[in-house]
Amino acid sequence: MKFRAFLISTALTAVTISYGTLAHAADVKEVQMLHWWTSGGEAAALDVIKQAVAKQGFAWKDVPVAGGGGGAAMTTLKANVAAGNPPTASQILGYYALEYAEQGSLANISSLADKDGWDKVVPAALQKFAKTNGKWGAVPINIHSVNWIWLNKAVMEKIGGTEPKSFDEFVALLDKAKKAGVIPLALGGQPWQEATMFDSIVASTGGTDFYKKAFVDLDEGALKSDTMKKAFDNLAKLRDYVDPNYTGRDWNLATAMVIKGDALVQVMGDWAKGEFAAAHKEAGKDYLCYRFPGTDGSVFYNSDMFAFFKVPADRQAAQLALAQVTMNPDVQSAFNVIKGSVPARTDVSDAAFDICGKKGIADVKAANAKGTFFGSLAQNYAQPPAIATAYYDVVTKFMHGGIKTSDIAVTELVKAINAAK
Amino acid sequence: MTAMTEREAATAMTRRKLGPSLRGYFQDWLPRLVLAPSFLLVLVFVYGFNLWTLFLSFTNSKAFPTTNLIGFTNYVRLWNWTFETDPPSNWYTALVNMGLFGGLYIFFCLFLGLLLAILLDQKIRGEGILRPIYLYPLALSFIVTGTAWKLFLDPRIGLENALHDWGWTSFHFDWVVDPKMMIYCVAIAGIWQSSGFVMAMFLAGLRGVDGEILKAAQIDGASTYQTYRRIVIPIIRPVFFSALIVLAHMAIKSYDLVLSVTGKNPGGAAELPSTFMYSYTFTRNQMAIGSASAVIMLMTIAAIMVPYIYSETREQNR
Repeated sequence: MKFRAFLISTALTAVTISYGTLAHAADVKEVQMLHWWTSGGEAAALDVIKQAVAKQGFAWKDVPVAGGGGGAAMTTLKANVAAGNPPTASQILGYYALEYAEQGSLANISSLADKDGWDKVVPAALQKFAKTNGKWGAVPINIHSVNWIWLNKAVMEKIGGTEPKSFDEFVALLDKAKKAGVIPLALGGQPWQEATMFDSIVASTGGTDFYKKAFVDLDEGALKSDTMKKAFDNLAKLRDYVDPNYTGRDWNLATAMVIKGDALVQVMGDWAKGEFAAAHKEAGKDYLCYRFPGTDGSVFYNSDMFAFFKVPADRQAAQLALAQVTMNPDVQSAFNVIKGSVPARTDVSDAAFDICGKKGIADVKAANAKGTFFGSLAQNYAQPPAIATAYYDVVTKFMHGGIKTSDIAVTELVKAINAAK
Repeated sequence: MTAMTEREAATAMTRRKLGPSLRGYFQDWLPRLVLAPSFLLVLVFVYGFNLWTLFLSFTNSKAFPTTNLIGFTNYVRLWNWTFETDPPSNWYTALVNMGLFGGLYIFFCLFLGLLLAILLDQKIRGEGILRPIYLYPLALSFIVTGTAWKLFLDPRIGLENALHDWGWTSFHFDWVVDPKMMIYCVAIAGIWQSSGFVMAMFLAGLRGVDGEILKAAQIDGASTYQTYRRIVIPIIRPVFFSALIVLAHMAIKSYDLVLSVTGKNPGGAAELPSTFMYSYTFTRNQMAIGSASAVIMLMTIAAIMVPYIYSETREQNR
């Protein structure tokens, strides 16, 4: 049985490989795109790019690999690149792009970048991931930021709440909701969601400079400091406002609780907006968006990028076409209106966006100018994945009682990060 | 030994009949030629990659494999993590969970499987319908089982909510959202999945027991309980072994079940060696540590399989 299975799978692999090679030789006017945008809103956003590429006369060959955070897609990509069969382009997140760039598997599209002047319009922080040794190998399509809170407006009016400007006001607001019998805070108890919320708490507790020192520079003094302990205490405070069944809940279910009015607020990146849009809710009318209290003026981002791999000469035209389309201001605007994020270029007009999108665009511009634009640790944009996951471990263990006090939490954080370096 | 000489004699006889012809050589070589490709594939893709993993576990590979040897460092790390209990390291949790999950899973599957098989063995009507019903869960993939049980056990939408709606408001069952109890939910789903399969194995074993012996026991005045306890179960002892082997390696390999029941492993509470291996190798970019844990898993399975295979082959030789 085993032998036969092996024979069959080998035969299938051989067929697939030869089919793939034939397809390459026959048609070079095609863009192969590996991505994990398989949910309704994401697919609709990607369609914008598909259409634009089609207008340039290139066929679109979708290579979707399902699975939320792209873990499965990254594994597939790694296998394909290692086998010498990379796609024309792949959706990718910052540090993964750097890995491929260091391996020398990314193409050089600097000629196009220079011609279109990307250096001037893309925030320097994003260029760090898109460019290696001064050569562009990837392009950013959007900027998501994590320090948002999303509130149900009807519930907010019912309890007579106003925009919380500080962490203490936020806690007071949650108290009000608790008294009114609404679940105050909708949270999914999965490691990455808890870490995403903690990103905002750290920035709110210690300020943007502290965030940079601790999470971007990994300064051990900052990681161990009383401020970090206070941040963990604040996390524990928020835990009291979450319903008891939050463990393991998916983020979109938590968003649904806010949409339905079962819960007042969710702390989540702006991809949550896609869920509100899918439920036909309108920003400002049905739901409210504020920056996480105490972090207004700073943006903690992640960004979806398209990485371009080294491909044979007859396929490079398709690659450049996709890159150009992706960086087109109109495409960036149309794409991000649907996706819920903001354009990766700072010169794109905000006319088509709702109030949350307009605020997002303005915030990115201001934060970029002020130097308060930082990668989110929870979203793999401040540190490589090994360190980000070590951070997840500590935060989630603290949330679920595996780590009992904030004193132990900071010791563990330093230990985990050092072990992952 | 004797088998070999017999075959050699037979071959020699055929050869004598055919003479030293080309056909004779061909007949000798044909089986080897037919087997060679699959043998080669297994050699490369099973044993070759086992060795490759072993090699990686001695390197400092991160996101991509490297050939930079660093000795036993990765194993030392895992060894230290094995004793890190407060707060528990991921590896420690994985090992403890493996013991809990594996123990419960194997024990209850054997127990329920045997019980169901004995009940079905009572020559009841409708066995033809009942048997596939018990066996059916095995046809589902673990991921389906896991998702279904996750929804069923979820206090907000599943069992607890339903009983509250029917008026039993004091009912409380929230294991699936309690990090301390989560692993038991994984075990429940696993047992539900596999005990029917074990039942089928035992039933086949029970049906193989010689009817004459049972009749003799009946004439001697043994009760049904005594017959099973003293005669039938000892006779089907080899089935226990086979079931144990199958269940043990399923327990060690189970990965999809954990992730689907618990929802992305919150609090690191539902870690198993398999989930540990995957996350370190592919998502945490610590391939070397992942490889080391894979080697340890392989050795664990080998520790169960090798004595079994050894005893099997010895029995055959006797």
